[in-house]
Amino acid sequence: MSDAVSALGGVSFDGIARIEECGLQGMITLRGDLSDQALAAAVTRATGQKKLPEANRARVAGESGVCWMSPDELLLLVPYEEVGGRLEALVAALKDSHALAVNVSDARAVFRVTGDAAREVLAKLAPVDLSRDAFQPGRFRRTRLAQVPAAFWMEEDESFRIVCFRSVADYVFKLLKVAAQPGSKVGVL
Amino acid sequence: MLILRCPYCGNDVDETDLAPGGEAHIRRHGPGSTDAELTDYLFQRENPRGVHFERWRHAAGCGKWFHAARATDTLQVFGTYSAQTTEPPQEIRDAITKARPGWSWREFS
Ligand SMILES: [Zn+2]
Repeated sequence: MSDAVSALGGVSFDGIARIEECGLQGMITLRGDLSDQALAAAVTRATGQKKLPEANRARVAGESGVCWMSPDELLLLVPYEEVGGRLEALVAALKDSHALAVNVSDARAVFRVTGDAAREVLAKLAPVDLSRDAFQPGRFRRTRLAQVPAAFWMEEDESFRIVCFRSVADYVFKLLKVAAQPGSKVGVL
Repeated sequence: MLILRCPYCGNDVDETDLAPGGEAHIRRHGPGSTDAELTDYLFQRENPRGVHFERWRHAAGCGKWFHAARATDTLQVFGTYSAQTTEPPQEIRDAITKARPGWSWREFS
C-alpha cells in the first residue's frame, strides 16, 4: 500500500490571516434526489449529521459532514481512513435509489483560513459577498478563487475551509498567501 | 459586469462565475427539415439593441443551465428562469413590459 499524502504536505503561512493546508480529508461526491428519504438516511448515517444541510449550507463537525453542492449533489466529508468503508455502506444503502456516489478524496486539496481578516482574504479572490450580513457560519458557496473553481464554507469560529482540485493546490496556496500578505488589510469587512 | 440570480441555487452570481450559452429558445431543426430551416437553426441569430433572451450556465457554482432576460443596451436584468421551458414565463414577460412597453423578440411579446 502506498503512503498517501496531502497535496502540499501541510504547508502554512502567517499574514493578515493564517493559511494552512489541511491533511488528508475523505470526500465522497453524491448525486441523487435530495428529497429521497433513503438517500437522506444513508447520508446522515455516513456523516454523523442529524439531517441534510439546506441549500447553500454545510453541516460539518471536524472531519465529518455534508455540504450542499447543487440541487442534486452533495459533498460528504468523512475521515480519510474510513472513506472506503463508508462509501461501500452508502452504495449498498442506495442500491434501489437513482444515485451515484464516488470517492474523490485524492482528487482534492483542503485549506483552512483563520484570523480576523479571513473574510477579506477570501473576498479578494472570489466574486462573493462576504460581508457579515451576507455570509455567516454554516454558509457554503461554490465559486472560483481567481482562475480556478473552488468551494468554501464558514465554520462556527468564522474561519473558512476551502476545497479545490488537487492539481491546483499549489496555485491556490500561492493565491491565498498573496491575499494574506502582511500589511494588505483593506479593513472593510 | 452582469450579476444574475441563478434560479437553481438562488445565489446572485457574478458574470465571471457563469458560462454564456448564447441565444435562448432556439428550436432545433434536424433530419427532414428544409435547407432554409437548417440554415436558420444553425446560423441565424437575433442581435437586438434592447430586450434579449439568453442561456447561461452557473459553471463555477451549481453547474445548472438557466435562462435570462435582459436589455443589451442598459444591462438591465428583467429576470432569470428555469431551463425546463421553451418560452419565457408570463412573469418574465410582465417584468419586461413594465420596463419596455410594446417590446417584442422573435415570436414573443
Ligand atoms: Zn446556481
